[in-house]
Amino acid sequence: MTTAIRAKGAAKTNVDKFLTLLRVLLIGAISVGLLAFIAQQIDPGNAFAKWTHDGQEANRLTGEQFKGLIVSGLSQGAMYGLIALGYSMVYGVLGFINFAHGEVFMVGAFTGFIMSNKFDEAGLWEGGAFIPTVLFTVLIATLIATGLAVLMERVAYRPLRGSPRLIPLITSIGVSFFIQNAVILLFGAGAKSYPPNPDWLQDDWILGIEGVKIVVIIVAAISMAGLWYFVERTKTGKAMRAVAEDKEIASLMGINVNRTIVTTFAVGGAMAGIGGMLWGLLFRSVIATTGFLPGIKAFTAAVVGGVGNLGGAMAGGVALGGAESLAPLTLLEPLGISGVSQLRDAVSFVLLILVLLIKPTGLFGERLSSDDRA
Amino acid sequence: MSDTNTDTRTPLLEFRNINTHYGAVHILKDVNLAIYPGEMVSLLGGNASGKSTTLKTLLGMVTPTSGEVVLDGEVVNDKPTSYRVERGVTMVPENRRLFKRLSVKENLELGAYLRNDKAEIANDLERIYTMFPRVKERLNQKSGTLSGGEQQMVAMGRALMAKPRVLLMDEPSMGLAPALVQTNFELIQQIHEEGIAIFMVEQNANMALSLADRGWVLQTGRVVLDDTAENLLANPELQKSYLGGA
Repeated sequence: MTTAIRAKGAAKTNVDKFLTLLRVLLIGAISVGLLAFIAQQIDPGNAFAKWTHDGQEANRLTGEQFKGLIVSGLSQGAMYGLIALGYSMVYGVLGFINFAHGEVFMVGAFTGFIMSNKFDEAGLWEGGAFIPTVLFTVLIATLIATGLAVLMERVAYRPLRGSPRLIPLITSIGVSFFIQNAVILLFGAGAKSYPPNPDWLQDDWILGIEGVKIVVIIVAAISMAGLWYFVERTKTGKAMRAVAEDKEIASLMGINVNRTIVTTFAVGGAMAGIGGMLWGLLFRSVIATTGFLPGIKAFTAAVVGGVGNLGGAMAGGVALGGAESLAPLTLLEPLGISGVSQLRDAVSFVLLILVLLIKPTGLFGERLSSDDRA
Repeated sequence: MSDTNTDTRTPLLEFRNINTHYGAVHILKDVNLAIYPGEMVSLLGGNASGKSTTLKTLLGMVTPTSGEVVLDGEVVNDKPTSYRVERGVTMVPENRRLFKRLSVKENLELGAYLRNDKAEIANDLERIYTMFPRVKERLNQKSGTLSGGEQQMVAMGRALMAKPRVLLMDEPSMGLAPALVQTNFELIQQIHEEGIAIFMVEQNANMALSLADRGWVLQTGRVVLDDTAENLLANPELQKSYLGGA
C-alpha cells in the first residue's frame, strides 16, 4: 500500500516510471493485437498481416472456430471460478491464501477417477445407468473434497490461528506438497484416465456445442448460484460474512467463530470437489499434479475478480478462462507470434500482472484500508 | 460487596474477587461488582484502568486467572460468550463496531442470531424501527455508509435484538459529535426505562453519574470507590480527578 501512504504530488520514483511504462506497453500491445485481429478478419491479405506473417496471408478465424474458443473458454473458466471461490472465501475469513486448495480440487478429480473406473468395470458407466452413477460419483467426490478441506483446517491451520499471516500461507504450500506426494504414493505418478463418456454426452447438443461442455457450464452455474444463495440469504452465510469482517463482534453476537471457519473451508472444498469432477468429465485424465496449474489459475482468477469477493471470483474465473482461450488466436496470432496455443498459461499470468498494475484491488474488489489488511 | 448495597435480590451479574492477566501484566485486581436487575450503574476510570477488560471478562472474551464471574447465581467462568448472550448479557462495543459491509437490516438480524422465535424477532424489529425511524429508512444500505449518529442507533438496535436483561455499554459517547451525546444518553435512559439493566463504562463521568443509580471507580485495576451516584458526584476527590470540577 505504499502508493496510498505517499503524499499526492510527491515526485515520481524510477519504479513508478517503470510501472507506467509497463502499463503503457501492455495496453499498447493488446490494442495493436486487437486492431490487427479486426483487420485480418476484414482482409487476411492486408499489409500489416502480410508483414507479420512473412508475406503470407493471415488465417482468418471462422465463426465456427470463434464459437469453439468461446465455449471452451467458458467451460474452463467455469471450473476456475468454482476453485477460485474457495480461495476467496478462505481469504475473506482468515486473511491468507490457502495454496493447498488446488489439491482439494485434484483430490475431487481423483475420487471421480477411482469411482468412475469401478463403475465402468461393473458396466454401469456407459449404459443406461450413467446419469445416476455420475450423480453419485459427484456426490462422493464432493464429500471427500469437503472432508479434506475441513481436515486441512483442523490439522494445519487452526493451530496457527493468531500467528502472522505469512505462517499459514507457507504452511499451505507444505500441505500442498504433502497431499500431492501422498497421492503419488497411493496411486502412482502416472496419468490416470477416466472411462470414455457415453457417446450422447460427446455429441453436439445445440448449436454444435458438445454436450459435456454444456453440462460443465450448467453444473458450475448451478453450484455458484447455490453458493451465492447460501452466503447472501441464509443465517449461516450471514454469520460467515460477519466473521469475515470482525471475529470478536461476531462472537459477541453468539456466533461460533470456529464452526463458521470450518463451514467456510467445507463449502470452498465442496466447490473444488465439484470442479474436480467436472474437470475429469471434460478432460478425462488426472494426475497427482492436476491441482497445481488450475489452482494457480484459480488463484489468479480470485485476484482478478478482487480477492474476498465471491461475485468477483466467479467473474474472474470466466474472464480468465475466456482470455486464455481467445487471446492466443485473437491477439497474439495476428501479431505473427508462432506457436500461440502454447501461450495459454502465459496469457493468464500476463492478465494477472495487468490487473495488478492497473487495478490492484481486482475488478470488483473493494479498497481495503491499510489497517484492514497489512 | 459494599454497604451501599441494601438489595437482597440475587445480582444478575456479579464479579467475585476477579483477577485477570494479559501475559505477565496484572490487569484487574480482586474486583468485586454486582449488577442487579433493572438498575443503571456506571464504571468510571482513566485510561488503562481496566474498564474494557471488565466488560470483556463479564462477557467471557477474557478469562479471569482467579475469582468467579456469576450470572444469575451460576458461575460461568468456563462458559462461552454465546452462553452468556443467550441468557441476557449483551454489549454495545466501543466505537460501535458494526459489520460495515453488511446491510443495516443484516446487522440487526445478527443481533438476534441466537434466538429462534421468528414472530418475536419480527416484533422486536418493528419496535426498533419505531424507536429509530431513521434506521428504518436505511435498512438496505451497507451500515458502513451511515453517519456516526445513525451507526450508534444501529449498534443499540443490534444489541436490543438479543433481548438483553443487562446491556453493557463501552464508552457510548466516544466518537460522537457533541450534539449527539445528549441524544445518546436520552436513548440509553429510554432503554433503561424498559426495564433493562445498564452497565455503562464512560469517560463522560458527570453525564454517566447523573443517570446512574450507583457507580464504581476503577484505578489501575482496583475498585477504589463504590457508592451511590449522588455520593460520587458530591465526592470532592472524584470531582478533582475525573469530573473536572473545582
